[in-house]
Amino acid sequence: MDQVGLYPVLFTSAVLFTIGAVGVLTRRNALIVLMSIELMLNAVNLAFVGFARHLGQVDGHVFAVFVMAVAAAEAAVGLALVLLLFRHKATVDLENFTLLKG
Amino acid sequence: MLQAVIFYTLAIAAVIAGVVVVTRRNPISAALALVVAFFFQAALYVLLDAHFVAVTQVLVYAGAIMVLFVFVIMLLNLRGDQGAALPQPSARAQVGLAVAGLVGTGLVTSLDALRRVDMGPAAEGFGTIQQVGGLIFDGTYLLPFEVASVLLTVAMVGAVVLAKREI
Repeated sequence: MDQVGLYPVLFTSAVLFTIGAVGVLTRRNALIVLMSIELMLNAVNLAFVGFARHLGQVDGHVFAVFVMAVAAAEAAVGLALVLLLFRHKATVDLENFTLLKG
Repeated sequence: MLQAVIFYTLAIAAVIAGVVVVTRRNPISAALALVVAFFFQAALYVLLDAHFVAVTQVLVYAGAIMVLFVFVIMLLNLRGDQGAALPQPSARAQVGLAVAGLVGTGLVTSLDALRRVDMGPAAEGFGTIQQVGGLIFDGTYLLPFEVASVLLTVAMVGAVVLAKREI
């Protein structure tokens, strides 16, 4: 990557993070919202790995692995919650879950 | 030159796959596009000399997490229209787009200072499993590693408790 530099990597990471944010904020399907969160976590991993390469230290790689562990835990619990929501109302459309709305 | 061409191809492909994920009606199509996005990101990690992270990405994300997603989508057996509607140009979607656009602009402008930063050639053995494993197990990240294993156990128990009808 000595020909590309740090900036394109971080730019790609920022674009992917923004796409994930758009998905989280605009989609109504709970499953696709969870997928968008995974996309955002991945974008952060890309920034970690890019900085690790730039600074020549592998600490960023260790952090990326920890982020993956947390993402796996989040996916497991999140999908269990989606399953519960579906059992409750037979839909995963987030517009239907307004119990905590004031 | 070749490296730059490969990088930009992979980066653009990853971004396109990401856009496909958030615009699909059918959750299965979105999940498959997400697998593609994960694979392109794994290729980007290889370009960045992060060999261990690239392998973990394919194993954990493209393997385990995506199987979990597809499994749950199949289990729910959604009918065509349920929660699958694309964002109408409703007020909520517009606010969401505006907020995400602000976040994106903020991120990109904050990167401006790093525009001229170059990467030197990687050191010998950079990013290999030996180096990453050494950093984790020589004590620097040993406690976080153990905490991560406890977190995964808790998440596993929590998922079972939540999803099981009667314990």
